[in-house]
Amino acid sequence: MNEQTPIAERAEKLQGLGCARKRVEDARFTQGKGNYVDDIKLNGMLFGDFVRSPYGHARIKGIDKEAALAVPGVLAVITAEDLIPLNLHYMPTLAGDVQAVLAHEKVLFQSQEVAFVVATDRYAAADGVELVEVDYEELPVVVDAAKAMAADAPLLREDIKDKDEGAHGPRKHHNHIFYWDAGDLEGTQRALSQAEVVAEESIAYQRVHPCPLETCGCVASMDKVNGKLTVWGTFQAPHAVRTVASLISNIPEHNIRIVSPDIGGGFGNKVGVYPGYICAIVASIVTGQPVKWIEDRIENLSSTAFARDYHMTGKIAATKEGKITGLQCHVLADHGAFDACADPTKFPAGFFHICTGSYDIPVAYVGVDGVYTNKAPGGVAYRCSFRVTEASYFIERMIDVLARKLEMDPAELRMKNFIAREQFPYTSALGWEYDSGNYHTAMAKAMETVGYQALRTEQAANREAFVRGETRSLMGIGVAFFTEIVGAGPVKNCDILGLGMFDSCEIRVHPTGSAIARLGTISQGQGHATTFAQILASEIGLPADRITVEEGDTDTAPYGLGTYGSRSTPVAGAATAMAGRKIRAKAQMIAAYLLEVHDDDLEWEVDRFQVKGNPERFKAMSEIAFAAYNQAIPGIEPGLEAVSYYDPPNMTYPFGAYICVVDVDVDTGVTDIRRFYALDDCGTRINPMVIEGQVHGGLTEALAIAMGQEIRYDEIGNVQGASLMDFFLPTAVETPTWETDHTVTPSPHHPIGAKGVGESPNVGGVPAFSNAVVDAFAHLGLTHTQMPHDHWRVWSVAQDLGLHG
Amino acid sequence: MSKKAISMTVNGRPVEAPAEPRTLLIHYLREQLDLTGPHIGCDTGHCGACTVDLDGQSVKSCMVFAIQAEGAEVTTIEGLAQPDGRLHALQEAFREHHGLQCGYCTPGMITRAYRLLQENPDPSEQEIRYGISGNLCRCTGYQNIVRAIQAAAQNLNSVPEAAE
Repeated sequence: MNEQTPIAERAEKLQGLGCARKRVEDARFTQGKGNYVDDIKLNGMLFGDFVRSPYGHARIKGIDKEAALAVPGVLAVITAEDLIPLNLHYMPTLAGDVQAVLAHEKVLFQSQEVAFVVATDRYAAADGVELVEVDYEELPVVVDAAKAMAADAPLLREDIKDKDEGAHGPRKHHNHIFYWDAGDLEGTQRALSQAEVVAEESIAYQRVHPCPLETCGCVASMDKVNGKLTVWGTFQAPHAVRTVASLISNIPEHNIRIVSPDIGGGFGNKVGVYPGYICAIVASIVTGQPVKWIEDRIENLSSTAFARDYHMTGKIAATKEGKITGLQCHVLADHGAFDACADPTKFPAGFFHICTGSYDIPVAYVGVDGVYTNKAPGGVAYRCSFRVTEASYFIERMIDVLARKLEMDPAELRMKNFIAREQFPYTSALGWEYDSGNYHTAMAKAMETVGYQALRTEQAANREAFVRGETRSLMGIGVAFFTEIVGAGPVKNCDILGLGMFDSCEIRVHPTGSAIARLGTISQGQGHATTFAQILASEIGLPADRITVEEGDTDTAPYGLGTYGSRSTPVAGAATAMAGRKIRAKAQMIAAYLLEVHDDDLEWEVDRFQVKGNPERFKAMSEIAFAAYNQAIPGIEPGLEAVSYYDPPNMTYPFGAYICVVDVDVDTGVTDIRRFYALDDCGTRINPMVIEGQVHGGLTEALAIAMGQEIRYDEIGNVQGASLMDFFLPTAVETPTWETDHTVTPSPHHPIGAKGVGESPNVGGVPAFSNAVVDAFAHLGLTHTQMPHDHWRVWSVAQDLGLHG
Repeated sequence: MSKKAISMTVNGRPVEAPAEPRTLLIHYLREQLDLTGPHIGCDTGHCGACTVDLDGQSVKSCMVFAIQAEGAEVTTIEGLAQPDGRLHALQEAFREHHGLQCGYCTPGMITRAYRLLQENPDPSEQEIRYGISGNLCRCTGYQNIVRAIQAAAQNLNSVPEAAE
């Protein structure tokens, strides 16, 4: 690269911000050379497998290990009794509760971990599991959050029955966890009582599961000679796991190394700490050999972190002209048998109070009751920020319910109530400060691109043809406009187990003009090694191809809180830019020395510092890097390294406008997604190819949730359909072709203006599908129907409306 | 349970390793032969992450006992590149068209697409979507996978010898 090369060409060669750079991860994945946790093979490695409860609620009267221990290859059967002396039969959850590692005295959900069988190979371990005899006495089961709060409901958590106070305040019932609220109750009630129009609806968001294609697992290896514990595992937050492991095992934190190898998708499922991790660690300590634990799919769907299970009741007040004047919401939140939600400590209902959405609502109140039931613990953010998809689903359905009541077009009602561009930064009635937005422009672009008015005209014709008996198909148009809140978060109000939710980046520039950057996050398919190198390329002027990005090894990476809630780009991406700027600041001093000018006489241009007004005199970053290692520069230390811990001043607020067109066959309930248009505004776009891929994937997960996914329990606590036989994962056949689009409204507080995108399509997609299905029947009086909109449920809607004659 | 030596040809090489009669082919490949490209994603034959090519057919190797593959020709993702390291057109196309994210389904998906293009060298979009419907992906929404397979088909058809 020399002075003759034009600026644009030099910039292009960096493959920095905005470049659709091909992914560096793909070479190993396309050749079968990824390194996922189940690929790890260590000398003498043993396998662990769980005996699980067949009952939803039962007392354990005895456990007989004898037959299992007689199986060739079985070395140990660990039960709660064995963990009690180590004080490891319970572990702390991320939500301030405790969770049984192995069931002590009773089981509280089907598939709960009861005993851990350790054997020389996975087949022997499975044989052992079959032969552990557990004597149970069945107890009454509660799988409904409302019934759990009945005065005479069975007591579930005997271990905390005397505690009137939980981690988040008073408990008002023996199955109650917390009540959390935000907003102005009195003002909201006044707005509702004085309103010209009030719309009400009960909206349930069913229990689903993130179901990444790779299940959870780990390999724990205790080296008794040097006292060091290494655990490789499916961890979305490796540093937090290290700290938790140290606190509960009393092994000093420097003697624990947590490694997240390649992760086969996470979507929130791999944030928490699971009994399998603890049992594998204990088993390795006891046996002195490495122990692998990998759950199978049924175990994954029935025991590790579910999502949603929010039962929301809303009231929305408005004038006759459609100006919204108030919003109230109550949530009954089913947390399962233990409160193992993954939320920042101060927010037991996550960021649910983003539920005023994209609208300028003057007053609002939200209250959430968390409740125990005989279901698996969890409550993670499945491809969304903490409880944001529940909030978005709630408000986007409520807007449609209100539109129906006002007999107004749902897009028009949204337009009428959007927060205007000039109102940003905007403080919502529930206390959030939205950083930037341009909602009217985005919605108008979406409506114009899909030809919204023409679609409505076509729909009217379809309805007339339906009445005339010329078609048995009804057309629905679903509109959703979401505002996300991601990038947790500012340390002043966001922590998990007391750990502030900053993130970090450490950069070392090598003498020959290449670099390594290490981050506190961990990719699970997002392509961090590709995109973070692009951020850095633009900041320090070295080509992205010469920058290695490394994550996931706590012995080498700086401390960070991991990857979930779309926080990597807003937080670690910002840390990367800031660390890059520190490198550049030192490079400027080196360049000034080399060029024999004052620092202030230099300006940065793409990949070099040049003398102001004299651009032929310059030092490229690659030359500066070499000088950093071979010149004795007065007053400047050798080397070119930097580290940044970034505490974001605020969250970021990505938004988008989604429109879905669906054709519903009223006789079969089959829904055909004819068209789906997604406009996303995630601020500055780092890699458009990766963004588009994230949107495709998120929309497909939204399709799955809206149209078929459900982890359902029968009345005696049996999980219905916790395998891929029943749990809906769309194939290429059910998945439509997605149309993507964007606007760009940078975040004013993020160093490069980026907001994060991975979860937006799930947050906006679910209500768009649901609104489309309801819209198909709206002219017949339907205002709401519960998800998932599978064929049977949609057929039932048609049946209830009398469409089957 | 007693073990027996099982032999087959994997990626063009004769192999022999001990396994129990109940050992699944996926475990034989991954644990006895250290071919960890094919993955395990479900246990019920739905996800396709374990897809390999067995005597000219795509099979889910978690649904086959190793002993059933005795004497068979097996190709895994590790066997698709040329001996000199040149990648198969599908491997190139998946990268070029961003047909993968976490990479977990990718080996099974590419191995399935490899057989699909032998069965139907010029598939329509719909034929591709049906052709890979036994392989689940949680990240990509399939759109770019379909594009990648179309691009690879085009590439293979324009250079016939590359199809081998």
